[in-house]
Amino acid sequence: MRNKLLRRLSSGLLITAVVAASFTACGSKEDASATTETASAESNEDSTSDASSSAGFRTLDEIKESGTINIGVFSDKSPFGYVDENGEYAGYDVYFAERIGKDLGVDINYVSTEAANRIEYLQTGKVDIILANFTVTEERAEEVDFALPYMNVALGVVSPSDAVIESLDDIGADDQVIVISGTTAETYLTKNYPDIKLQKYDAYAEAKTAFENGNGVAWANDNTEVIAFSLENEGYTVGIPSLGDNDTIAPAVTKGNETLLTWLNDEITSLGDEQFFHADYEATLLDTYGADYEDTLVVEGGKVQ
Amino acid sequence: MANLGIDVLFKGTNFLRLLQGLWVSVEISLVSVAISILLGLVVGVLMTFNKLWLKAILKIYLEIVRIMPQMVLLFIVYFGTTRVFGWDITAEAAAIFVFSFWGVAEMGDLVRGSIKSIPKIQFESAYALGMDKKQTYFYIILPQTIRRLIPLSINLITRMIKTTSLVMMIGIVEVLKVAQQIIEANRKASPNAAFGVFAVVFLLYFIVCWPISRLAVYLEKRWA
Repeated sequence: MRNKLLRRLSSGLLITAVVAASFTACGSKEDASATTETASAESNEDSTSDASSSAGFRTLDEIKESGTINIGVFSDKSPFGYVDENGEYAGYDVYFAERIGKDLGVDINYVSTEAANRIEYLQTGKVDIILANFTVTEERAEEVDFALPYMNVALGVVSPSDAVIESLDDIGADDQVIVISGTTAETYLTKNYPDIKLQKYDAYAEAKTAFENGNGVAWANDNTEVIAFSLENEGYTVGIPSLGDNDTIAPAVTKGNETLLTWLNDEITSLGDEQFFHADYEATLLDTYGADYEDTLVVEGGKVQ
Repeated sequence: MANLGIDVLFKGTNFLRLLQGLWVSVEISLVSVAISILLGLVVGVLMTFNKLWLKAILKIYLEIVRIMPQMVLLFIVYFGTTRVFGWDITAEAAAIFVFSFWGVAEMGDLVRGSIKSIPKIQFESAYALGMDKKQTYFYIILPQTIRRLIPLSINLITRMIKTTSLVMMIGIVEVLKVAQQIIEANRKASPNAAFGVFAVVFLLYFIVCWPISRLAVYLEKRWA
């Protein structure tokens, strides 16, 4: 009797707990945006106060006053954001971050982020800016605010140098194209070129081996990936360096952080005058992608050609 | 040896950084393990009490720990508390809280199991000798329980040490993350470095966990 009662009671309590937890989860989103609003309202009213808005975000003035900016970067995605052998952050994104710190006149505190937690970091205000090879998408733009872009990403197609494919129309009816499952390349080709036969692999290494063994006439992937592949491996040429929708990579700030966003946009625009991102490319990406793709990949002054 | 890529560890301060990363892992796990053992003993004893409400609460606690992946708990504690309450706790504190939360529940359940496995006659004999409940637990039950606990808790402790690699998801750079950084930074120069570097990381984890299991063997013999 007692045991049965206990079991019923505990399962009942468990259900209540789960329901309550899911309610708090729903509520937390509203809470977060509410705190953000109060935080920005407060800082607008009296920006002189020390305004320690622990939730939400820090405005431009608060960052300058504190003397440190928190920038989220990758620490293991060479050549965009990585840590060199002396323990210093380096890479294309970090080169830009260093400039931001210099122009703001503040120290930089780098936070090591993962692809999966970039949005969380911004929404909780634990970093001020994310500079982690962050591709602009509509879904993400609903969660965070993107500044002007500083790099292009598109799809690319690599093929053996003795049978270069320069247009998707060159692909014969029996030819197969290698893709990695779940990538934008797969989605794009399935949607726009349903007649092309795809050979799908789960992992990069498998796709690479299959392509090197000649299982397909071409390999479609992010253009940075195929360019790097063709430079590292003799006998392969990127026939199509830019395919499909041109996506861009941009810095992101917490949604609603207008002051920081405006400053970043002005900064990116003015850096265009001195060809800053070309210098960045030459300092960090040249070894991996070569000089030929500089104009394909770099976005200068926030203007996509 | 060179093609295993172990040489990348001797570039610059790489090896030192790996050891610093190891210390971060060890620090978080040792603090959590200490908390888990102390509070786990208390919670385990509480679990054996015949109070309905107490049993219900502890049951829910244990089930939450069992159901929730540690990664989810880390996200809830580190990011969730900032969102909901505006608390700005450090990543290390969040990690220690989550690992202790997990450790106390599992340790408690191990303690409960060990106490339950002690024959009823031990309790009855103690009472017959005129001991009260406190004395019975302190002098008769707990010493026998701890002996039974050792092999069980070593499994939990080493598992906790290894699971600390998850803390990289909340921005803590620990040994495995440093290893990934080193491998990636040298992707072009030594593409095979992954094997060598992970082999060294395996050795480092071994060096941390091996003394713990030796200690367990020693204690088991001594207290048997």
